[in-house]
Amino acid sequence: MGRKILLEHIDVPGIKTFDVYRANKGYSAVEKALKTMSPDEVIEEVKKSGLRGRGGAGFPTGLKWSFLDRKTNNPRYLVCNADESEPGTFKDRYLIDHIPHLLIEGLIVSSYALGCNATFVYVRGEFKTQIGILEQAVAEARKAGFLGKNILGTNYSLEIYVHSGAGAYICGEETALLESLEGKRGNPRIKPPFPAVKGLYDCPTVVNNVETLAAVGPIINMGGPEYAKIGIGRSTGTKLISACGNINKPGVYEIELGLPVSEFLFSEEYCGGIKGGKQLKAVIPGGSSVPVLPAKLITTTAAGEPRLMSYESLAEGGFVSGTMMGSGGFIVYDADACMVRSTWNFSRFYHHESCGQCSPCREGTGWMEKVLHRIENGHGRQEDIDLLVSIAAKIEGNTICPLGDAAAWPVASAIRHFREEFEFHVNYPELVRDPKHQPISKLAQVHV
Amino acid sequence: MFKVTIDNITVEVEPGTTILNAARKIGGEVVPPAMCYYSKLKGSGGKCRTCLVKVAQGSAADPRPMPKLVASCSTPVQDGMVVQNITSPEVLAARKAIVEFLLINHPLDCPVCDQAGECDLQDLSFKHGLEATRYIEEKREFDVVDIGEKIKLHMNRCILCYRCVYTADQIAGKRVHGVMYRGDTAEISTLISQNINSDFSGNVIDVCPVGALTDRTFRFKSRVWFLNPMNAHRDCLKCSGKVTAWMFGKEIYRVTARKDQFGEVEEFICDECRFEKKQTSDWVIEGPRHIERNSVISANHYEKIKKPSIIKPLEEKTEKQE
Repeated sequence: MGRKILLEHIDVPGIKTFDVYRANKGYSAVEKALKTMSPDEVIEEVKKSGLRGRGGAGFPTGLKWSFLDRKTNNPRYLVCNADESEPGTFKDRYLIDHIPHLLIEGLIVSSYALGCNATFVYVRGEFKTQIGILEQAVAEARKAGFLGKNILGTNYSLEIYVHSGAGAYICGEETALLESLEGKRGNPRIKPPFPAVKGLYDCPTVVNNVETLAAVGPIINMGGPEYAKIGIGRSTGTKLISACGNINKPGVYEIELGLPVSEFLFSEEYCGGIKGGKQLKAVIPGGSSVPVLPAKLITTTAAGEPRLMSYESLAEGGFVSGTMMGSGGFIVYDADACMVRSTWNFSRFYHHESCGQCSPCREGTGWMEKVLHRIENGHGRQEDIDLLVSIAAKIEGNTICPLGDAAAWPVASAIRHFREEFEFHVNYPELVRDPKHQPISKLAQVHV
Repeated sequence: MFKVTIDNITVEVEPGTTILNAARKIGGEVVPPAMCYYSKLKGSGGKCRTCLVKVAQGSAADPRPMPKLVASCSTPVQDGMVVQNITSPEVLAARKAIVEFLLINHPLDCPVCDQAGECDLQDLSFKHGLEATRYIEEKREFDVVDIGEKIKLHMNRCILCYRCVYTADQIAGKRVHGVMYRGDTAEISTLISQNINSDFSGNVIDVCPVGALTDRTFRFKSRVWFLNPMNAHRDCLKCSGKVTAWMFGKEIYRVTARKDQFGEVEEFICDECRFEKKQTSDWVIEGPRHIERNSVISANHYEKIKKPSIIKPLEEKTEKQE
């Protein structure tokens, strides 16, 4: 059994309510931080813990906090990014659904550390229930004196505002989120300046993911060095992984970083193996925007070592034979899945969600989707495959925000590892067009 | 003062200057093209990505190169920064890619477009574009609409540079139009049944880099290269009254603001000067205006344009012949 930190009390009935959460040592981190520690000590503790951003990029949280401009007289803001819309990722929703006070506790401690008196939780527009849950949790915490003026008798005051987005994926990008929070069109800002200098309402701002902030409470309770002992190398602590796709037990699992991927996939404790006893074909380990890896490369690296669930191990081999930890949306494909269809599906998503601000992403995502749609429906040409690779390469790195990269990587990696499947679609269009056709993998075995 | 080197030419600029403006100080071929940046409009730039450059050395203090190409219009220079524009094959390849992206949904209806001859996108594609398109899908289409009494919007031609939005925000005072929807279906549009109607609204036509916003009082009257641009002025209560009058014989066909060598207006003019005053008697004609841009109107300019390249086989050949 792996150690549970975020989901330690998840099975306690009624943990969603303040009273039960408090009875299970909840809000002890707030008491410890506010009464016995200075804000700098809290930041130092988070730095020692080695906690890294759980939203996708994996940037060290303590370091991010230390970039916050403290010299200005302007107010500082903490914004919690609960705009979880990456296909395949549903860990933040689970956390808010089942144990919302863990997030509130983390928010209070983090706001105290950063010297913020107003903190915003930006919730994805589709999360209607979760907004209600969070608002109730905030109200309960306020009633108990953990929010509002002079928390626990100290001279620290904090308000938490829950703000609903309108359901745009791009608003998960931190600067687009800030624009949206200010009531403007959710377009990512041109950087520099970075939010740590000029963020919400032109004031210094830190934007953190739900899971990152939820981990701050336990870190203060157990101490940074203790937290850093969990995990492997620079990937410390535990991470929520939302597993889905063709597996026996889809769901949200908390793992200690450094768990072998094969164990996560096949052990009864976690995914429980591939559904129907089929062969594993491919895995996208970090949400739809990270590169897909075929079965052989996901369980072992190109060098032949077992691949682990950690930021470093998953990225080993670069994009040629590696991928990224991302946000932890673990999507599994069995041998019958069609990679072309899946790639087209993601491409359609990015086309739909591109904000339309910068030209490579606005035009490129639509172009890739149209080409993939043709290939998938049996109207592809041989040169289309290289065309896709070329478009993806031209979007990557040339855009304002990472959405362009996120749109390009799945396409580029799918063609890199499953090129023969794309070629099959092009070479046997009549088979692909037949609506009653067998799974693509079986067709490929017969005809190639 | 910061020292910055762009394509092996060193220039001294004020701290806070962007790479693009430093390059403009040098002038000539090293200036990156800009489709969305407009020095007179606050907040513009960063969107079209045609001005991407490579930063080979971040600063004298931190000589590491920047990991990605950066938008030169929105990246401030550092002391000792080394920038590569036309000396970097990577930058030229990226620029080629951007032009391709800008053109895939562009109707390429230059033969019937009023902007032809003075179009930034035409110049850009002539310099950096591919000879043939690789795009075989359907192009997105919009209806042509009037967004003001004197302004026509061809959304098909728009490259979403946001310049007109900033102009309406900062120059025209009141903004009733903006960008709606997102991705490649994003469009410039007015609020329901609203007209762009202020004293300075006509400036959106001048700032538009393509033929998306055109002057309804001039549409289809003449090709711009048949007209003679003349400096003219009049006493205007609303604006400076300094304009370029585009004349054919003794008739004034249209009036625009005076544009500098980077295609940016020198001074914004009011709608009265632009749309109402079309009689020669309304104006004091100063004399012909030299147009420095890479367009047909600056006579035979295309003959002088060198396609950007690092290898110069032509020059070698002439040396041998001598």
